[in-house]
Amino acid sequence: MRLGAALGLAAVLAIAGCVRQAPFALQNITGLMPTLEFHLRDGDARPVSAEDYRRKIVLLYFGYTSCPDVCPTTLAKLSQAVHNLGQQATNVRVLFVTVDPQRDTTAHLKSYASYFGPQFIGLRGDDQPLAALARRYRVTYSLDPPDRNGNYSVEHSSAVFIFDQTGRPRLLAQSTDTPTAIASDLRRLLNGK
Amino acid sequence: MKRGESNPPVTETQVAYRWCTAFQGRVKTVLESRLVDSLGYLVPWEFSPTVALSCAALVAVYVRGLRAGAQRELAPRWWRTLSFMLGVTLIYVVLQTRIDYYSQHMFWVHRLQHLILHHVSPMLIVLAVPGATLTRGLPKTWQRTLKEHTRALWWRWIIRVVQQPLVASVLFVGVIGFWLIPAIHFTAMLDVRRYRAMNWSMLIDGLLFWWLVLTPRAVQGPASIRYFYRAAMVVGVTFPQIFIGAYITLHRSVLYGVYGICGRAWAISPMLDQQLGGLLTWIPPAMMSLLGLLIVLHLMFRDLAAAERAPRAPILAAAKSAG
Repeated sequence: MRLGAALGLAAVLAIAGCVRQAPFALQNITGLMPTLEFHLRDGDARPVSAEDYRRKIVLLYFGYTSCPDVCPTTLAKLSQAVHNLGQQATNVRVLFVTVDPQRDTTAHLKSYASYFGPQFIGLRGDDQPLAALARRYRVTYSLDPPDRNGNYSVEHSSAVFIFDQTGRPRLLAQSTDTPTAIASDLRRLLNGK
Repeated sequence: MKRGESNPPVTETQVAYRWCTAFQGRVKTVLESRLVDSLGYLVPWEFSPTVALSCAALVAVYVRGLRAGAQRELAPRWWRTLSFMLGVTLIYVVLQTRIDYYSQHMFWVHRLQHLILHHVSPMLIVLAVPGATLTRGLPKTWQRTLKEHTRALWWRWIIRVVQQPLVASVLFVGVIGFWLIPAIHFTAMLDVRRYRAMNWSMLIDGLLFWWLVLTPRAVQGPASIRYFYRAAMVVGVTFPQIFIGAYITLHRSVLYGVYGICGRAWAISPMLDQQLGGLLTWIPPAMMSLLGLLIVLHLMFRDLAAAERAPRAPILAAAKSAG
């Protein structure tokens, strides 16, 4: 009987433990990828690095401003999620890294990013630093062949990488995640849970 | 633009058309690029000193062994040397050229990479029966250390367990299945350490399995497995591989979302990528099994014929149990 009671207690504790550490709504990538590291230029063409965004929760997303649907939809979703955070939104930065630096000029990128909110920062880099960042997070991008008018679309990663205040990668937001889910997980990261 | 991950079912004509256009675009880009650009394809995507050094060391030791053997007229036949070199080169090519980049960003290329790492290359290396030449290529002191190690009890136990026919067969299919579990596959594609562990496990298991099945009994020694069991092993691992391949090919939704997350190397629908990858898991390994079976039968009949010709020859011990 005593053994049974002990087992029961152990089970209760195990369940309690699970409840305390409920999984994140988003995909957890803690420990799978290296710390945030990059050298790019922001909307004012100033050189910036990952160090400049430590102590903030960073959302990293690759895209381009002439992107017809996925990028604006994703950014709008992130905008809504950040908005849901209220006061805490000041501790979040969304870094929108262009994979089409040919067409996305600094000024254009700045106005495009700021349209989604003050926390949104457009980043631009030359081929090499951009490729280094993409490779670091195992994402890719490629230009499709241009059409008759010289317009072309760009294949790129659809994911949003979320880093905690120390620059460690923690979560991955995918196209199926809702703004509510993103906001609630961001709140947990902000509160250090 | 990224396509949605939940495409409606497509007809075969659409599939073929999309595949052709995607391929055409690719060929065009390849042709348009200059020589310098094409040389870029040979640059490792993620340089791995371990892979580069291992391949270089294998070739160097083998060549040393060839020289040492030539002096004593122990040279292997030319096609065995070719087979060994081809096997090692293929390993290097799929791990340390642009193919590795495509393997990370296209499911079907990833399956092709594993087909080479787990089937083609190990088979080529094992068919070369390179053990003696490699040993001869090592410095004398290393040869002694190697001999001591392989005689050690713990080493013999490990080998005895992993080379037990049933364990080896389960391991062979197991590593394929394990890394293809969607949740595991997801982390392996994001985490570079797991990615490397995955590729190494495929290669090492491939070498172990095909060595066990395809190395002649006279080389493996009296404790080697009978050809009958070897044939059963090769046939046995075929069906689970067909099942895994068919499951992936015929699955109606995207199993491996990680390629959408990381971005595909070029425009191809996620379903088509998955179906091609499934077919590569399904058909070529089944053909490799058939080839393996033919080789096992060849070895078996060769030993039987040798036993008939010289009933008192030392090969008898091996040949008697060949059936």
